[in-house]
Amino acid sequence: MKQFLDWLDHRTGYRKLTHEALFENVPGGSRWRYVWGSTLTFTLTIQFITGIFLWMAYSPSSQTAWESVNYIQNEMVGGWFLRGLHHYTAQAMIILLVLHLMQVIIDGAYKAPREINFWFGVGLMALTMALGLTGYLLPWDQKGYWATKVATNIAAITPVIGADLQRLIIGGSDYGHHTLTRFFALHAGVLPGMIVALLVGHIYLFRRHGLTAAEPKLKPDEAFFPDQVLKDAVACLAVLAAVLFLIIRHHGAELSAPADPSEAYSAARPEWYFLFLFQLLKYFPGKSEIIGAMILPSLLMGIVCLMPFLGRWRLGHWFNLGYLAAMLAGAGLLTLLAIAEDQSNPEYQRGVASAALEAERIRILAKSPTGIPPTGAVELLRNDPFIQGPKLFSRNCSSCHRYDGHDGTGLVVKDPQSGSDLKGFASRDWLTGLLDPAKVDSTNYFGGTKFKDTKMVKFVKKDIAAYSAVEKEQLKKVILALSAEAGLKTQRDADQRDIAAIEEGRKLIENDSMRCTECHQFRKPADDATAPDLTGYGSREWLVGIITNPKHEMFYGKRNDRMPAFGKDQVLDVKTIGLIADWLRGDWYEPKAVSSR
Amino acid sequence: MSNSLSPESNDRRTFCKGALAACIGGGVTLIPIGAGISVWLDPLDKKGSGSESTAVKVANLSALPKDGVPRKFSVIARRTDAWTTTPETPIGAVYLLRTGDKTVEALNVVCPHAGCFVDYLPSKGSYLCPCHNSLFALDGKIIDPNSPSPRALDHLRVEIRNDSEVWVEFKNFISGHSEQISQS
Repeated sequence: MKQFLDWLDHRTGYRKLTHEALFENVPGGSRWRYVWGSTLTFTLTIQFITGIFLWMAYSPSSQTAWESVNYIQNEMVGGWFLRGLHHYTAQAMIILLVLHLMQVIIDGAYKAPREINFWFGVGLMALTMALGLTGYLLPWDQKGYWATKVATNIAAITPVIGADLQRLIIGGSDYGHHTLTRFFALHAGVLPGMIVALLVGHIYLFRRHGLTAAEPKLKPDEAFFPDQVLKDAVACLAVLAAVLFLIIRHHGAELSAPADPSEAYSAARPEWYFLFLFQLLKYFPGKSEIIGAMILPSLLMGIVCLMPFLGRWRLGHWFNLGYLAAMLAGAGLLTLLAIAEDQSNPEYQRGVASAALEAERIRILAKSPTGIPPTGAVELLRNDPFIQGPKLFSRNCSSCHRYDGHDGTGLVVKDPQSGSDLKGFASRDWLTGLLDPAKVDSTNYFGGTKFKDTKMVKFVKKDIAAYSAVEKEQLKKVILALSAEAGLKTQRDADQRDIAAIEEGRKLIENDSMRCTECHQFRKPADDATAPDLTGYGSREWLVGIITNPKHEMFYGKRNDRMPAFGKDQVLDVKTIGLIADWLRGDWYEPKAVSSR
Repeated sequence: MSNSLSPESNDRRTFCKGALAACIGGGVTLIPIGAGISVWLDPLDKKGSGSESTAVKVANLSALPKDGVPRKFSVIARRTDAWTTTPETPIGAVYLLRTGDKTVEALNVVCPHAGCFVDYLPSKGSYLCPCHNSLFALDGKIIDPNSPSPRALDHLRVEIRNDSEVWVEFKNFISGHSEQISQS
């Protein structure tokens, strides 16, 4: 062994190198305040290791970026942990950078002859933030997509070259494949390369000038090894423990729904360490945006770069300390303001809630037997009645109709309700209400329509109200039969079970003993029918039909109230109408057994 | 502080601290490496979850010449490639040749030697692998005893359904072995 090490040392000189590395003098002995540089090197190492492994599973293009990250997160063994490690270590780095900067300035380690090393440090800080910015976009989820748009749109306000600059950054006129390939090359190639280069210079200069001891020195000088090394190791362990805690608590990094330029995302916010810049923009209206977005931050950072010179003056060090404190306090205050504003903003809170809902939904859809199509996971959400139904109902139906009293998405509607409440449409409960003398002319049924005083309502209020016990039993069977026409997913089991009663009810309708077919058509053509066809009532076909054209003689014909012919007049396309119908019928994909992660 | 201690105990202290620092340092670095390797090994965990071999309708009998000349057909089936599921996409190809009125043989086009796509040479009435010149007879058997291929071309199970549809149970086998080992 000894012989081999001698051989190795003769060829490499590793002993001298290790000796230099380990036995550097620490003036005044080891201290906890010197650990920040080492923790940053450690976190950077984590990022390199986790980053390279993530790289092996990531695919940068607009149809595969989200999909591959989702695959890492939800399908690959330990993927969520690896992603979480990369994500939360990045955040830890930002905090450690601030602590390192504070220690350097407080201890005066920026002063001559260490100016250049200080600038290297500022450069490393900027590169780390650039890594944060570029990394945020790579999952191509709604959050990263919309937040990063803000940043690249700021590039466009640069005087003269702005538009071209933005085009170069995003690789075209709009976000797409080249935005991802460019951001990824920056994130995994260019920026890490620059960081390594600067870091080598940073550590070289640090060793050249030696450590700046914090005065007063408490102990005699010591070698870096073992005491400072041990302190550094313990600090790294503490950082890792904090990161692990966050990973476990949040089950890895968040992944919101896949990016969709056609879907609003009001929960879009940058990463927390950019929130102060985000908040700052709110105070610069219109044309003065460039001041808040570029000039002011550049000036503030410029002064930081000048600190080594400012520090030469008699009170310079105190100025630098005050400036640092003011900067940190300002950034902290802006961050708190941003958070406070969001917390008291119901629109934002709703955005966060619906973002969480969509993120969870797409996770389920991606796991469904259909899987993710080659066009990308975003198609799954766009074609999902569960997600699209409420939005479409709110936009197109809720000015007259209600859904459980609200607009479909849970919001209260200002306009008075003039159409029926469609929650559970055609279900047994819904029909029981319709045929209830006490409810038929309420606004949840015909109350808001011009049918309020027509035959149907009168029939329910007079005839049904006077039903004998036998007739009431018959009515129940009619309701079962009519509801079975819809073939609702939620009633599948009940419809199976009551098959005999349903058959009886069907006969009662058909032979007109309940007087339904005096006005309605049921299962056989009736030219004299004046009211909506009850054949397949509430089925997908029936619903698509009435939404497409309620004036069709199968439905209300000329007697139609105010309901628009959404399909016939090309207000909505076939697919959209289908989504609304599916949603009203409660027909969307649900996993067989709800799997817990 | 340490001045008051004897040189030996000082050495021991240094060693203990150094060892502790090395353990912690090694431990904290193992976590990201371990997480990465776990993800990297994921393909081993997904064994058997590949495209399961179900029968696929490949052609119609009428598309096969009666003289027993093989024809190449793409196998179109549902494929899940990591995160993408394509309902109908080519997952491979087969040579079909008629051996009787209602009987068909199917050969996977992949050479069992190193996985190249073998060509059918009408002039020789045999299959030639363009990579290392393995030659196979029409029924897939190795022609040259010194052929680089360790086994004959892979036969796939064929079923004639509804009198005219040729259904093939499509599979790929690991190349380079003298026996057939299914890939999945």
